[in-house]
Amino acid sequence: MSDLLKFNLLQAEKAIKNKEFTSVELTNAYIKAIDDTYSLGAYLETVKEKSLDMALKSDKNIADGVARPLEGLPIGVKDMFCTKGIKTTASSKILDNFYPTYESTVTQKLWDDGAVMLGKLSCDEFAMGSSNETAAKGNVKNPWLLDKQVSPGGSSGGSASAVASRSALAATGTDTGGSIRQPAAFCGITGLKPTYGRCSRWGIVAFSSSLDQAGPLTRTVGDSALMLNSMAGYDKKDSTSADLKMPDLIDCLDKGVKGKKIGIPKEYTQDGISNDIIKFFETSINWLKDAGAEIVPVSLPHTKYALPVYYIIAPAEASSNLARYDGVRFGVRKEGQSLDEMYELTRGNGFGEEVKRRIMIGTYVLSSGYYDAYYLKAQKVRRLIKQDFDNVFEKVDFLLTPSTPTTAFSLGEKQDPLTMYLNDIFTVPASLAGLPGISLPVGLDKSGLPIGMQLIARAFDEPGLISTAQVIENYAEFNFIADGAAK
Amino acid sequence: MSNKKSIVDIQTVNKIARLARLNIPENDKDNLIIDLNNILEFVAQLEEVETSNIEPLASVTGHKLPLRIDEVTDGNIEDLVLQNAPEKSSGFFVVPKVIE
Repeated sequence: MSDLLKFNLLQAEKAIKNKEFTSVELTNAYIKAIDDTYSLGAYLETVKEKSLDMALKSDKNIADGVARPLEGLPIGVKDMFCTKGIKTTASSKILDNFYPTYESTVTQKLWDDGAVMLGKLSCDEFAMGSSNETAAKGNVKNPWLLDKQVSPGGSSGGSASAVASRSALAATGTDTGGSIRQPAAFCGITGLKPTYGRCSRWGIVAFSSSLDQAGPLTRTVGDSALMLNSMAGYDKKDSTSADLKMPDLIDCLDKGVKGKKIGIPKEYTQDGISNDIIKFFETSINWLKDAGAEIVPVSLPHTKYALPVYYIIAPAEASSNLARYDGVRFGVRKEGQSLDEMYELTRGNGFGEEVKRRIMIGTYVLSSGYYDAYYLKAQKVRRLIKQDFDNVFEKVDFLLTPSTPTTAFSLGEKQDPLTMYLNDIFTVPASLAGLPGISLPVGLDKSGLPIGMQLIARAFDEPGLISTAQVIENYAEFNFIADGAAK
Repeated sequence: MSNKKSIVDIQTVNKIARLARLNIPENDKDNLIIDLNNILEFVAQLEEVETSNIEPLASVTGHKLPLRIDEVTDGNIEDLVLQNAPEKSSGFFVVPKVIE
């Protein structure tokens, strides 16, 4: 492996500023790593010339003593983020010719802070999926146990695979029901979903507007702190973004958990969860205890209703958001005899199966006669789920749960949509409540696949989330590298 | 909401697909009916939750949507607006004829 690939984001940030190596050298190492790991399918689009231009500018800034927080650090971008002049497809056939004329707020903030763009990363189509198999250009492979053809998770599967295979130093993701945390868990990396409102959604392809949040996928907790520092912030172009200043997360890395109360929800240890994950869950609890935290058993009684609520609300919002793909203003058009036929053929041809299923469900639950029974009912139960969290966060500071019920499954293994949906059982509840969550790797299961633990915090307590996650990371000493990583 | 199985039949699929302006090939409809019924049966478990005094939750943050003065904030970007259009002419989007 190129020595340069060994540096994580925080280490590379310091090394570049100390002139141990240049951004051009680092960026070239990643461009080579992208080629070496091409068979994983993580990237949909690379922009080598642009990457090197940005790296050159960063090296000049460093030479001039005006380095920005992420100066010269090469990262990948999930294809849900609109990038000016660079093809943005959301992994859908319907956007196969779409070149945005604007840049998403989050990616703009990353470039403004000096990050170098490597390219666009695959994901499930419109971020709808948990395995990256709904991507129009085909699935991405998990770099772990490469011979076994394991899913990287989804929907940010390309982002997770790229970071785990060291073809990106870090990557952006979006999380609607677990799309950052689940692939991070499957690929043995750290994934942070911020509080709803922490990052601007402007310029991100909309899936479910009351749930979507952008966040970082990185190698370490410190890396996610550094990256979220740049991604977060109020944006007047997103009316749901929060006008709240976030403390510098790097300052939170060493605060520890002494005296903090960690809730262990009893609903997250039900049947179907793998024994290896339960074992590491118990180990993680002991680590936090050892670090001086108080462990408190808690109950979130409406947990089992989170998935049914999610699979009403997310498709309902999706069916509305995806109405814009009509073949008129952008995207791939399929001609028809009438305007309506053109719409129907364009959408029927452009959307994949899972997206069509969700548009159908969403349209059904919002249709006349069913709105109250499904959509309104789901919104009411969503309040109960949020109240469960409000209640426990009066007693505890954080919740610890496994990130997923199993480690990464094989590609092609889950054919039935409902079986696939059940994979998000531990990540969806926090999404519905808008709370921040982080998944970090704690060990490997018997077959050698990574296991992730999830911490959930109160709204806007990303600082606490980072402090606590760092404690677990220190105990876990997860230093394994995927066998499919760039050599 | 109903616990009855198979609440979605071929007529419902055709109606919903029409509302969503989604062309579904005839061959795909049988499988779609099965999937939709499975999903709707799964979400029907919400019926057992008592919600008579619960307000629906639309916004998790609860913050008030900000207002701004109703004024033009950008413009004169016709080329950019039309840049990705599948068909355009003289500064307009072009669609199939809608008036007979």
